[in-house]
Amino acid sequence: MNQPPAPLSARRRLAVVVVAVLVLAGGSLGYVLHARDRDGAQQAVADASFTLSAPGLYFRDTATGRVARRPLGTPGPRAAGGPSCERFYAAGGTALCLRRLAGLPVRTQALVLDRRLREVRRVTVPGIPNRARVSPSGRLLAWTAFAVGDSYATSGFSTRTSVLDLRTGYLIKSIEGIPLTVDGSRYHAPDVNFWGVTFADDDRFYATVSTRGHTFLVAGDLKTWSARALRRNVECPSLSPDGTRVAFKKRVTSGPDAPWRLYVLELSTLREHPLAEPQSVDDQAAWLPDGRVAYALPAHSGRPAGIWSVPGDGTGAPELLAAGATSPSPVG
Amino acid sequence: MYLATTGRRDAPSPSATGGGGRRVPGVVLALGAVSLVTDISSEMVTAVLPLYLVLGLGLSPLQFGFLDGLFNGVTALVRLLGGRAADRGGRHKRIAGLGYLLSAASRLGLLLAGGAASGIAAALATDRLGKGIRTAPRDALISLSGPPETLGRAFGVHRAMDTTGALLGPLAAFAVLWATADAYDAVFVVSFCVGLLGVLLLVLYVPGGAEPVAPRAPAPPARAALGDRAFRRVLYAAALLGAATIGDSFVYLLLQRGLDIPLDWFPLLPLGAAAGYLVLAVPAGRIADRVGRRLPFLWGHAALLAVYVLLLTHATSPLLLVPVLALLGVFYAATDGVLMALAGPALPVRGRAGGLALLQTAQAVARLAGAAGFGAAWTAWGERQALWVAAAALLLALAGATALLPAEVERRDSAPLEGSSPKGQHP
Repeated sequence: MNQPPAPLSARRRLAVVVVAVLVLAGGSLGYVLHARDRDGAQQAVADASFTLSAPGLYFRDTATGRVARRPLGTPGPRAAGGPSCERFYAAGGTALCLRRLAGLPVRTQALVLDRRLREVRRVTVPGIPNRARVSPSGRLLAWTAFAVGDSYATSGFSTRTSVLDLRTGYLIKSIEGIPLTVDGSRYHAPDVNFWGVTFADDDRFYATVSTRGHTFLVAGDLKTWSARALRRNVECPSLSPDGTRVAFKKRVTSGPDAPWRLYVLELSTLREHPLAEPQSVDDQAAWLPDGRVAYALPAHSGRPAGIWSVPGDGTGAPELLAAGATSPSPVG
Repeated sequence: MYLATTGRRDAPSPSATGGGGRRVPGVVLALGAVSLVTDISSEMVTAVLPLYLVLGLGLSPLQFGFLDGLFNGVTALVRLLGGRAADRGGRHKRIAGLGYLLSAASRLGLLLAGGAASGIAAALATDRLGKGIRTAPRDALISLSGPPETLGRAFGVHRAMDTTGALLGPLAAFAVLWATADAYDAVFVVSFCVGLLGVLLLVLYVPGGAEPVAPRAPAPPARAALGDRAFRRVLYAAALLGAATIGDSFVYLLLQRGLDIPLDWFPLLPLGAAAGYLVLAVPAGRIADRVGRRLPFLWGHAALLAVYVLLLTHATSPLLLVPVLALLGVFYAATDGVLMALAGPALPVRGRAGGLALLQTAQAVARLAGAAGFGAAWTAWGERQALWVAAAALLLALAGATALLPAEVERRDSAPLEGSSPKGQHP
């Protein structure tokens, strides 16, 4: 901070302020207009040629924000042209595309798309898009949004998980109300949070519940409207196609650095083993038909950001499936 | 005689009743304008930062919470350094200006950091550093701006302008996000420009470049202020009451849960309290000038006690909303600036920034401990029990503070810095 060399007269000072306001306001306005033109409108609709009919690994291309696909298994060219989504998942001929609406309060738009990626239904909920899943038949959809300012730490986040049943059209805006059993007794706590649903069939699902600083793997049933905690320290479960194993995030350190590792849990024995990914993974993994598990990672120590995969049995090494991509969703 | 008043044609001689009718010193208006503009700039960023980090950069909420907590703790310590540096040679304006400039520059840091977490952390740290540095010198400048009898109103005017900026900031940020379809970088650029304007206003309109009398005498270290009995008592009382404060976020959360307020509306609750503060800051300051600052400071905390009691007795009544937010506004209006006006005159001119910094830090640390304690009590015993405990603690603290606070703060050499002479006062 330097003082002006000599005190300015009131008139001079005012002139300086006026000029500064004009320059700064002009600069601001210019940048705002530039930013407005730069970010083109979101491509809401998929190109006509891009549908769910082609098998492959579908994902969100980070550069364009649109859904793209590459062949499963063998390396091959990328096909682009899907809808713009922040989170995407597809199964059984139904796709779920989560999109954040511009402006505030923060809202998430869940778009239900058919096999040709045309809109079937749209639901708007408060919060930031986070997880998306579709049941194998394509009839049930679940998504999670982060809500800001819900917890007593001002910077805290909490989650809201919704389930939509396409058979009846019924929408459960938040499944927090489902009767929950922990350690054999009915559990009541105001801070129960659900996230990361994965469907076994059109009634049964697995999800994460967090309460009082613990996370649980819960098994839920929509028909009997009940949920039961199976195991501690399991987040973002992903059920294998045969329904016997769950890939999940396990918290291995309490600090903010590298808190999670990918594990697989055998549901019959409740025995778990780590996967061969040494990095912390903050994603809901997706099982590939060949028994591998796919997940998104940010760039870290020389490895590019993108969708990586490791074998589900704990062997092998991470392999890059798609650079600059998130939201892995295999479609057979 | 106060230099700030002797040269003014329209200034009557300081009277025992103080307060009423007289104009607020130009330096206060100038600092108020600087704070208003700067708060627009900083609240723009505060409002969008969680969204930017989590949505734009994909930081996990856990990492964000960690960064946020880390830097909030740093501010308290930097404040002491800022106060000390300002006292040394009376460099209040320069140190405050450096603080404003650092915060403005941190927006460019956010812009340039792109997605790099380390760059963002550095930018956030720079912002908090700037905020920590500037607060005590700025409050010292206000408290040296005029006779002690009018300080309550001076701080009231400053805080009202400051809060106006804080209310406008999020609106500006949301307007930019809306206009650009969520271009966070545009928010940072606009915030940077607004911040620069704040620095410019400070440079042009706030006097304080001149060295104070006897510049070579070393400034007393902040802890020397503790040697003053009156100041010590104010400090202890503020810390005692601070430790019995549960933190606004808890009050908003209790309101939200009790009344089942939709989450979309949750961010509006603090705006309600801020509006109350804005409206009441000047009247509270004037009352404080008239009846002494001790009573408003105590009554302000009594208003907070009333908030606890309302939450305990009418937890689910929708009629609760307005009185609770209004009482929170009263609490801030009657305590924030008033405390500075209460303590300022007890401090020697050349140790004022350091002393005020010490007081602010003590209060902030005590409030942090109070909020953490309440959080722990809530977890252990449930919200109602925790609230009962908080109410009892506040009642005890009020009794203690009533006994501690001196009836009339002894005035030290209250002559303002030469720089705040009338020459520089007309905007």
